Amino acid sequence: MTDVARFASYDTVVIGAGLAGLTAALRLAEEGQRVAVLAKGVGATHLSPGTVDVLGYVDGPVDSPAKALPDFAAANPDHPYRRLPVELIGASLDWFKARLGDHGYRGGLDENFLVPTAVGVAKPTALVPETMAAGDLRGGGRFVFIGLRGLKDFYPAYLAENLARASLPGEADILTRVVELEPPLGNARDVSGLGFARRFEEAGFRESVLVELDRYLVPGEIVGFPAVLGVGRAREVWNELETRLGHQVFEVPTLPPSVQGLRLYETMTTALRRHGCRLVVGNTVVGTKTSGSRLEGVLAKTAGRPLTYRARSFVLATGGFASGGLQLDSSGQIRETVFDLPVAGVPGSKQRPFEEGYFADHAISRAGVTVDESMRPVDGKGGTPYENVHAVGATLGGAVPWREASGNGLSLASGYAAASAILRET
Amino acid sequence: MTELARDSLDGCVKCTICESFCPYAAATPLFPGPKYVGPQAERFRRTGVSPDFSVDYCSGCGICTQVCPQGVKIAEINSQARAQLWEERGIPLRNQLIARPGLVGRFGTPVAPLANWTLQNQALRRLGERLLGIHRDAALPRFAGRTFQRWARNHVSPAAERTVIYFHNCGTNYYEPAVGRMTVEVLEHNGFHVVVPPQGCCGLPLQSNGNFPAARAYVRRLAANLAPYAREGSAIVANSTSCGLMLKHEAREILEVEDDDLTVVSESMYDLCEFLLLLHEQGQLRTDFQQLDLTIPYHAPCQQQGHGIGKPALDLFALIPGVRAIELDADCCGIAGTYGFKKEKYEISMTVGERLFRELRESSGDLAACDSETCRWQIEHGAGIHAVHPVEVLHRAYGLGSE
Repeated sequence: MTDVARFASYDTVVIGAGLAGLTAALRLAEEGQRVAVLAKGVGATHLSPGTVDVLGYVDGPVDSPAKALPDFAAANPDHPYRRLPVELIGASLDWFKARLGDHGYRGGLDENFLVPTAVGVAKPTALVPETMAAGDLRGGGRFVFIGLRGLKDFYPAYLAENLARASLPGEADILTRVVELEPPLGNARDVSGLGFARRFEEAGFRESVLVELDRYLVPGEIVGFPAVLGVGRAREVWNELETRLGHQVFEVPTLPPSVQGLRLYETMTTALRRHGCRLVVGNTVVGTKTSGSRLEGVLAKTAGRPLTYRARSFVLATGGFASGGLQLDSSGQIRETVFDLPVAGVPGSKQRPFEEGYFADHAISRAGVTVDESMRPVDGKGGTPYENVHAVGATLGGAVPWREASGNGLSLASGYAAASAILRET
Repeated sequence: MTELARDSLDGCVKCTICESFCPYAAATPLFPGPKYVGPQAERFRRTGVSPDFSVDYCSGCGICTQVCPQGVKIAEINSQARAQLWEERGIPLRNQLIARPGLVGRFGTPVAPLANWTLQNQALRRLGERLLGIHRDAALPRFAGRTFQRWARNHVSPAAERTVIYFHNCGTNYYEPAVGRMTVEVLEHNGFHVVVPPQGCCGLPLQSNGNFPAARAYVRRLAANLAPYAREGSAIVANSTSCGLMLKHEAREILEVEDDDLTVVSESMYDLCEFLLLLHEQGQLRTDFQQLDLTIPYHAPCQQQGHGIGKPALDLFALIPGVRAIELDADCCGIAGTYGFKKEKYEISMTVGERLFRELRESSGDLAACDSETCRWQIEHGAGIHAVHPVEVLHRAYGLGSE
């Protein structure tokens, strides 16, 4: 007989590896905690641009999140921003900028940038990586968007035409045009954005792009590339293009795979490893062990048999419906999938969960977990089902990130706040 | 295809996260990526014929399945598709040969000096490449000449209250018997009576090379040998992380073996470092470690990551005074069992390994640690740094000898 207890012990276990989970984990690991991140797969980082949108739209574009947030929170009592003071959101942005130093993030809460999306919308956002900053449309200018033959899912003509029609604040005046290049791809077919990004790190490939492009540029034009200017060395590549072309250069986020999101994930997970955090990807939490109102451990499915991860604190960062953190069944019931936490904002039987238009304001999109100031889930009566569980990111209810342009901001600020709360407790 | 893999197929939302992580798609245009050959191409295979040959360039490292946020069993789907492809085409002699390490080991061991000379001889390796398609520069191992089984037969494991069953793999038996001896000694040092039952190959190389019928026969035979011990409640410990994963997971989910022996063996199977760390969690691991002033870059093989148990080797290293372990960032060394031995895949395998080799060279480590034997051989070949199983570091720190 061999008695083998099947558990592992950590200070904090984070479930989910999107921006919210990674932020909480890194902040705790930096403070010397033993942290494990358990993730079913890789999170939403790879599906989102590298920008941090804090608050982009409230009845129209937001110029300054710092000014808009207090009123917005007051008008939306169920919104997670109601629990996240502006100072804390600001601190989370500063923290993020320092951690992502390699990417030279710019911006803050005072003013939103206005940067073009791949479909030519001028989108307000609080933080952009340095490689995107010259795309700020607020000052107007002459913009040329670069098409790369062979790169599917990026259509510069579509972008340029839509953007020319966009309404911009103040006197900003923009002109847009397009240059299509034919970079050397050899016999490769079906090259993704990431494939291009890898090629941009090769000097020969860059050289041929530079030589071809140089012929077409007019002095003073600002040059917009799809965001495929390198993976780990994007800032170097961007710098070289600016220097060699003698033009300002910027990136426009593309459809997945989002190379910018991938850079963000790589930087944060590398930092996690340096701080001794254990990142376990491909691992599903299948059960819990509780003692009164404390969560003792979670059971993770591993090859062979489940393993219990014990910890003092837990962070739930499993995302919303798209990531499986929330689940809607055919009878209209909504469940939080790991701890079965109370879900607020569930449309009642007399309420329509969905409107007809795809882009309409659907009641169901506000469903999610409600938390207190420490990001601890609360039930309808103000009680906390678990005193040592914190919920962050897209699992939280009351927000509609894609309409508000608040997704990464919410993830970052709530992840940061949960880590602060855990550090206060321990 | 297994129902599990089939059911997961429709979960694919085409997010391409798997393609972003696939080290092989990044290294060669011949492999269009796990999503393409997996969830997409699978829809064309219902007729039984694969739409193209590209799935053979999948190495089976399994990273795609790990990173998929929707739970699609991409690597499992691709392994099964590869087997179907080879069933249609007939498996070449080379793949039959390199997929049978037990057979090769039995023939090579008695004539080890000659066999090793042959494997070192450039002219013969060139001939081997032409005739068999085994790349002349591939990191083939050297026969030890004396098997681990032979050592184990002459070794008397001291009686102890607790017993553990040791599943050494073919690599340990024929090429690295010292790793087996150190495993036994480390377990005995921790108060275990170690039993080494008769055992053969787990069938993993056959599975990787698409010979599912033979792989199933091997793994069933092995499971039958180990099952009686598992039924008695003994833990089975494996030092080869990939062979351990075969018994824990792959035989059931890729080969679709449904077998009571296998089920009970799966549940009792522990990776060696996993087992030692679990002992530590219970306060039962001896920590009488001597100071070892070593910098050790550690590479967790893809198959080790498939266990879903974190990186216990790093947690164990942290217990040894003086050891400075470095967790490397690169995902895959490129060898993928027998993939990198093949003439047409060697260059791809070395390109995949480049990042790891660079990290190893830059780490200025005294030696590298890695849980899988073929990965260690590839690391030594590609990065020129001595690579050991983590148990070797523990063995040295316990003062059990320096080999």
